[in-house]
Amino acid sequence: MLPAMTRRSLALLFAGLLGIPAGVGAFTFVYAKGFSYLSPDPRACVNCHVMNPQYDGWLKSGHRHTATCVECHLPHAGLQKWVAKAEHGFRHSAAFTLQNFKEPIEITQRDRELVRVNCVRCHEALVQAVADAPGRAHGELDCLHCHTSAGHGAGG
Amino acid sequence: MVERGAAGGRERGWLLALLALLGVAGITVILLALLTNIFERKQEARQAFVRLVDVTEDTADPKVWSQNWPLQYDSYLRTAQATTTKYGGRGLGASDGGLAEQKLDRDPWLKRVFAGYAFALDYRDRRGHYYALFDQEATRRVTERQQPGACIQCHASNLPLYRFVGKGDVQKGFEQVSAMPYREAREMKDDKGQPLVQHSVACLDCHDPKSMALRVTRPGFIAGIKALKAKQGTADYDPNRDATRQEMRSFVCGQCHVEYYFKGAGKTVTYPWANGLKVEEIEAYYEREGFTDWVHAETGTKLLKAQHPEFEVWSQGVHSRAGVACADCHMPYERAGALKVSDHWVRSPLLNLNRACQTCHAVSEKELEARVLAIQDRHHALLERAARATTDMIDAIVSAKKAGAGEGDLHAAAAQHRKAQWRLDFVAAENSMGFHAPQELARILAEVIDHARQGQLEAERTTRKK
Repeated sequence: MLPAMTRRSLALLFAGLLGIPAGVGAFTFVYAKGFSYLSPDPRACVNCHVMNPQYDGWLKSGHRHTATCVECHLPHAGLQKWVAKAEHGFRHSAAFTLQNFKEPIEITQRDRELVRVNCVRCHEALVQAVADAPGRAHGELDCLHCHTSAGHGAGG
Repeated sequence: MVERGAAGGRERGWLLALLALLGVAGITVILLALLTNIFERKQEARQAFVRLVDVTEDTADPKVWSQNWPLQYDSYLRTAQATTTKYGGRGLGASDGGLAEQKLDRDPWLKRVFAGYAFALDYRDRRGHYYALFDQEATRRVTERQQPGACIQCHASNLPLYRFVGKGDVQKGFEQVSAMPYREAREMKDDKGQPLVQHSVACLDCHDPKSMALRVTRPGFIAGIKALKAKQGTADYDPNRDATRQEMRSFVCGQCHVEYYFKGAGKTVTYPWANGLKVEEIEAYYEREGFTDWVHAETGTKLLKAQHPEFEVWSQGVHSRAGVACADCHMPYERAGALKVSDHWVRSPLLNLNRACQTCHAVSEKELEARVLAIQDRHHALLERAARATTDMIDAIVSAKKAGAGEGDLHAAAAQHRKAQWRLDFVAAENSMGFHAPQELARILAEVIDHARQGQLEAERTTRKK
């Protein structure tokens, strides 16, 4: 059993050891507007300035009335949504910190597929006949192939 | 034994504490690095530029401007770099400080069609803005033939010179400088003995030093676009007052990348746009003016020389129709920190497909390049055919002359020669190998082949009669 004095100083040392990085970490998190990423607010997507053009485009688009960034770019099911959010967040912040990404930025194939699912989710009644047309052995019809500028381009 | 065990436990304890310390220190370092990185990124978003020095209408030296706008200046300086695409700038090595490759050696038909003209002496591939003044001094067209001060209108940052000569009036200065011999204009000094022409195309030529807004300064362009707009129904057009920002992003380039001629004894640089920008509209303008650039040494035909009608040809293309400006593809925006900066390394979009094309076209770079090259390859093949038709016509006229045909006999053939060669040159001198307006250029080349073969038939008919 250690004497009370030693125990107290060890506890202090331990607190210092963890407290400083915890404090720095907490400050960094708040300074970087970390909480905003937990919200669906589109402004969180322009915390860094890489997506400014997309945000500006969306602000002037028809979709701004009905769909925010996450409604098209994230899955809607609970757990999947958070997994995708974490994955996007990690990938984007790593790229922005290391500045090693290609510009103009390009959507990954997987995320493009995700957007397509979300197009259909809202527009299902309208596109049902085309989307379910027979003979689509090679995958779904890709909305974005033609509607490239929907959401944040000239096509709204 | 017990003591040793306790000592070992204490050692392990210390080791663990040391490892924990190092680990936590490492984590703190990473966190702080991240914090400073975030801080730097946030700072980037703060300020567009800092005006460290004052630039005025007399600041022709881009190096002075660079203190306020280092990003733009850095990319401007890169126009000194040698670049090569499939059809442009061939033969330039990266370390080659010399002149660009001689087009005359690559395409010998150029020597035939320009026989008797300075372009048969020296006609080279393009280099960047950085060299505009330097190359002008070095070309045999200027060193071996007398040229007027008119050339300065595009090859130098010239506003201080024009204002000095015109005693404050740019237009007057421009007219007087145009009429001077080239060397005299190039070596003019101000009252303090400072040379007035020292810099190639630079900041002042396209930017208002007060606001940095785009502006046009070449008097020839201002007069030319005014005549064109008058034809289209807009009287008293002033691009600096009436043009949209997007139009200006093409007009600043159209100040020089155009067809022009030196009008009259004053050698005033004039853009022949009063009829319109199409090849036959410009031709009609020249016919009305009774203008001729030179007389062909082999056939004796009075001919027109086309310069580099990029602006005119682009105007007939689909990108122009879609509202895409020169700068959109040749000076695409790039992100520098939080800023959008126009890339001042003006170059072929083929060297920058990513920013130049993909901003609008969401297809792979490979696919985009393949599409451009398909257009250029087809265009090049058609151009070669048109050139062949033209030299065949020249051969036929020369044969007719040898057989004793005089100027009167060859009148019809000469008319075809003039038409064919004007069109051929208009297409060949244009720097995009067909891309700026593929269909329009193919139309013109079809006319070249038609006129050249008709001229050849006329000449052969004359030969048979003799």
